[in-house]
Amino acid sequence: MYYENDSYLPFELRSLMRLSELPHHAAATVLHVESAGEIDSIAHRLRDLGFVQGEPVRVLAHGPFRRDPLLVQIGFTRFALRRAEAQRVHVEPAQA
Amino acid sequence: MNAPVSDSMPSALHGVLHVALVGNPNSGKTALFNRLTGSRQKVANYAGVTVERKEGRFAAPSGRTIRVLDLPGTYSLNATSPDEAVTRDVCMGRFDGEARPDLLVCVVDATNLRLHLRFVLELKQIGLPMVLALNMCDVAARRGILIDTDKLSQRLGMPVVETIAVKHRGTEALVRQLDAALPDLPLAPDANADLHVQVGRLLSDCVSIPRRTAQIDDALDRVLLHPSWGLAILTVLMFFMFQAVFSWAAPLMDGIDAGVGWIGTAVSTLLPDGPLKSLLVDGIIAGAGSVIIFLPQILILFLFILMLEESGYLPRAAFLLDRLMVGAGLTGRSFIPLLSSFACAVPGIMAARTIQDPRDRLATILVAPLMTCSARLPVYALLIGAFIPQRTIGGWFNLQGLVLFALYIAGIVAALGVAWLMKALRKDDTEHALLLELPSYRIPHPFDISIGLWERATIFLKRVGTIILSLTVLLWVLSSFPAPPADATGAAIEYSLAGRIGHALEWVFAPVGFNWQICIALVPGLAAREVAVSALATVYALASTSDDASAQLLPIISSQWSLATALSLLAWYVFAPQCISTLAVIRRETQSWKMVGITAGYLFGLAYLASLLTYQIARLLT
Repeated sequence: MYYENDSYLPFELRSLMRLSELPHHAAATVLHVESAGEIDSIAHRLRDLGFVQGEPVRVLAHGPFRRDPLLVQIGFTRFALRRAEAQRVHVEPAQA
Repeated sequence: MNAPVSDSMPSALHGVLHVALVGNPNSGKTALFNRLTGSRQKVANYAGVTVERKEGRFAAPSGRTIRVLDLPGTYSLNATSPDEAVTRDVCMGRFDGEARPDLLVCVVDATNLRLHLRFVLELKQIGLPMVLALNMCDVAARRGILIDTDKLSQRLGMPVVETIAVKHRGTEALVRQLDAALPDLPLAPDANADLHVQVGRLLSDCVSIPRRTAQIDDALDRVLLHPSWGLAILTVLMFFMFQAVFSWAAPLMDGIDAGVGWIGTAVSTLLPDGPLKSLLVDGIIAGAGSVIIFLPQILILFLFILMLEESGYLPRAAFLLDRLMVGAGLTGRSFIPLLSSFACAVPGIMAARTIQDPRDRLATILVAPLMTCSARLPVYALLIGAFIPQRTIGGWFNLQGLVLFALYIAGIVAALGVAWLMKALRKDDTEHALLLELPSYRIPHPFDISIGLWERATIFLKRVGTIILSLTVLLWVLSSFPAPPADATGAAIEYSLAGRIGHALEWVFAPVGFNWQICIALVPGLAAREVAVSALATVYALASTSDDASAQLLPIISSQWSLATALSLLAWYVFAPQCISTLAVIRRETQSWKMVGITAGYLFGLAYLASLLTYQIARLLT
């Protein structure tokens, strides 16, 4: 796997949970976005849209068919992300 | 390709200031553009690409002319679609044929600064003077968001003005700023700096935000995006929209109809009998009139689409339908181009540019002509009016409206089927992204809606005035010459060129139940679907042995055609690619004649098959 910008993260932090696995309405922060392959424009765009380390993120809803796509709140903005896109985003759930 | 117009001397020195509006999608940029330039707008394409170019101008209080370019909404200079590439290249002065702007107005949504300021910081590196327009600051104030504009301006190194694009005089501060001397170039940021970190610092130093989201958005999304409620509401909305198109337009259409009839009668009493009178009354007035009559329906449809778009609902619909459309080989993003195609496939196919993935984009373009565009409405309306009884079903459903709804559904189902087949046929199944922003809900502003409607109405009337009218005249010539011999027994048109073409085509279309009059109307109808109605009007007005040219088409066909023929023609129009403009725009958007051939081929094939089945089955049943 290739990690852009985030390769300095300690390994244990890298795979705590993926955004696609996060329960609805659970508070979490972004750890990093994983690139699928050398050049991953989807991962790059996710970072541009604000999926960067430390940013609070939350899954608010899912689509009616096969629970896809996900409605994700990042920063002040809501995005619809398919599960494959949300899988790239590693998150750390907030301590209860 | 044109030579670059840009030169070393900024056009500000010549008295005209050249300003470009840049910003994220959903920043209210176009509303701001409308407010600044009003109706003084020019809509065209950027040279060599099919990205919509909107330019307008206005006079500042000092008398100086300010030209405003509304660049496509962009998240990042790292472009992922042709629209975003245009914005990047124009800002950098790299776009052939576009002068580099003297000044960038960065439009940001004051309630969405976390996302929008990052792009502003990114733009600072391109080396143009910049002004920040804090748009929707009224909404921000209502949500308790406090922005220290002086501090923000100082930290960003550019003037910051507050704007309310949807309010009269809401752009005064911006106009004053544009009228003043050009601001200094902002200092380029450190190339290695993390823009997200900088945005975070700007926000914590200059902005106080009580709550990240608007409560109203949370509440609405809980209902509108609910897996079952959301779908139910979407269905009801679409159903209501199509019922409204039919029932609200009726009184207006009756008015236009009466007006056209009155003009026809007035002209025919004024002129002596002869070819000129025939051309004016039978050709031009009857032909153009039978198309203009559908303007109310087209405008009502666009009114709904514009309101859904302005309110922020359209991306929600894309969210709800994404998985379904992925299953069919499309994407949720295809919903917007496909919905626009209900008005007209041409803007729909052009809207497919917002789909970054080339494969999704191509699939959307190829099925867009299957969406029931408003040009089919004249044909549908005529046939439904003539053959489907005006009856109320189940208390409040209009039977004619139900049939129309079924025709729309047939187009949608066919599109999903064709897209699914294309997906099954192609080998490549790499991933493609959705990444769709769901903006805050907004109350659509009448000013922006009316500008949008005005654009649609002029486009439609221009088509009536040019293509449709000239084809109507051409058809009149074909139908009138050569004149019948002196001892002729049948109607004049049977001896004309059009009659011969129609008769020649008859054997092709006999199995689907089309008579020669329909076959004649199909020929000019190749150019544009709605022409078929005016063509039928012309064919029947000339073919009738009485002199009454204003005789209504509707009673003629309802007495002369069988129900099976009418249903077969309806089925034909669900599929047939009878629109030169659509094929031309597919050529332009795909840069490939092969795609045009594939589209036209599969659509004609489907049309013939559907008509054949409909006609044969309907004949068995009636």
